[in-house]
Amino acid sequence: MKFLEDIGGYLVMIRHAFSRPEKAAMYSKETFRQMVDIGIGSLSIVAIISTFMGAVTAVQFSYQLKSIGLVPMWWMGSIVRKGLILELAPTITSLLLAGKVGSNIATELGSMRISEQIDAYEIMGVNTRSYLVGPKILAAIVVIPMLIVLAVALGILGGWAGGVLGHFFTTAEYIRGLQDNMKNWDVIVMFIKCLFFAFIIASIPCYKGYNVSGGALEIGRASTQAVVLTSIMLVVVNFFIAFFLLGE
Amino acid sequence: MIEINNIKKSFGEQQVLKGISAVFKEGKCNLIIGKSGSGKTVTLKTMVGLVEPDEGEVLYDGRSFTKMNFKERKLIRREIGMLFQGGALFDSMTVEENIRFPLDMFTDMSIAEKTEQVNICLKRVNMVNTNKKYPGELSGGMKKRVGIARAIVLNPKYLFCDEPNSGLDPKTSLVIDDLIQHITEEYQMTTVINTHDMNSVMGIGDHVVFLHEGYKYWEGNREEIMQITEGELFDFIFASDFLKNLRRNAKV
Repeated sequence: MKFLEDIGGYLVMIRHAFSRPEKAAMYSKETFRQMVDIGIGSLSIVAIISTFMGAVTAVQFSYQLKSIGLVPMWWMGSIVRKGLILELAPTITSLLLAGKVGSNIATELGSMRISEQIDAYEIMGVNTRSYLVGPKILAAIVVIPMLIVLAVALGILGGWAGGVLGHFFTTAEYIRGLQDNMKNWDVIVMFIKCLFFAFIIASIPCYKGYNVSGGALEIGRASTQAVVLTSIMLVVVNFFIAFFLLGE
Repeated sequence: MIEINNIKKSFGEQQVLKGISAVFKEGKCNLIIGKSGSGKTVTLKTMVGLVEPDEGEVLYDGRSFTKMNFKERKLIRREIGMLFQGGALFDSMTVEENIRFPLDMFTDMSIAEKTEQVNICLKRVNMVNTNKKYPGELSGGMKKRVGIARAIVLNPKYLFCDEPNSGLDPKTSLVIDDLIQHITEEYQMTTVINTHDMNSVMGIGDHVVFLHEGYKYWEGNREEIMQITEGELFDFIFASDFLKNLRRNAKV
């Protein structure tokens, strides 16, 4: 019963989140503030994780391919690129952002609820779901794909560094592999994943944070629930996108 | 003037408000008092629309707030200012941005006009030169004063204060009470204050409504309240032995 209530509440929140704003300038200002929070705030961690993710992918795949011995090492460029674009960059970066951005959003809204700041907005006549939730979702949809593109680029760079430093392949071999059999469809699938993931990363924590009641303990609980639920939804949606868009 | 007619509200099995009716007068400090759990906060939240009543009606100068749709309520809300228990200042904004927010959202004033209006409000609550401070840098009393400044920035007709003295020392409480009283008279607002602070009752209680277990138990003013000699209101006012002795000595 609670599950159905939550789904209903979530859908109502989403509908209100994109209702007509009272003053467009205020909403765009808030959206830009959220873009900075989500984008700039996550830049360093995404850069570090994606670089090492690319590097470890290159090293471990090279190690395995070398032990087989029949596969040319220039394939590594192709393997790293495809792995990053289709799976590693969108999924791992999104799971990372579910923890960082998701808990941040749930905690922020939960604190605002407990300290009556959301009530203060309501009293003024502000549509809080539209003003507090809408800009967060919009900002995530704009910024998270950019972070994922950055993660792909840095992952490829990390893959090159890992492979070359480990003497698994040469720079020329890696570049040949990167250019081999490049499909636009892979990039389109990546962007489709980005949009779905960004929506999930922002909207579920918004719902959990917005509906907090009680005290500080409930804020922590809502934040944890938001991260867990977002992560589960990400892997489930990831499977269905891959299944329907990449399946034969 | 604000009227509430036969307001009833239940949460699950528990009926919190059991048919409360009262009239809150213009230009006066109207106090809702009562013990914890008597229904004060729910009454106040029902009046401003944060809680929907199960039955009954809230009227702002004859306009039925309860029957209004979301858009109509938004217009009435522009006429309402509210001071919350903890101030409810927006953490991510400076004092100036907090007070300017309603102006940014609901008016087409120029930046210079908005800044002037913010400074007038800050001066009114004796908080000049705090424009760039964040709520985290303010004391409890200062937060309340900034909260009042934000509540009055759009020149509201109705001011609601939820426990304005909670968490404050007696001296600061008097400062906040005086401020609310002066602003009420100056702007001729209908002010409704939810409190259990007897200093506030005796200091600014132009009109007092006493709630007990979800019912309106008594209604009057600060002079009349001192004539009470028995019953729930008496127990509430003279809750401490110190006050009871004081009253006995005064009678002697």
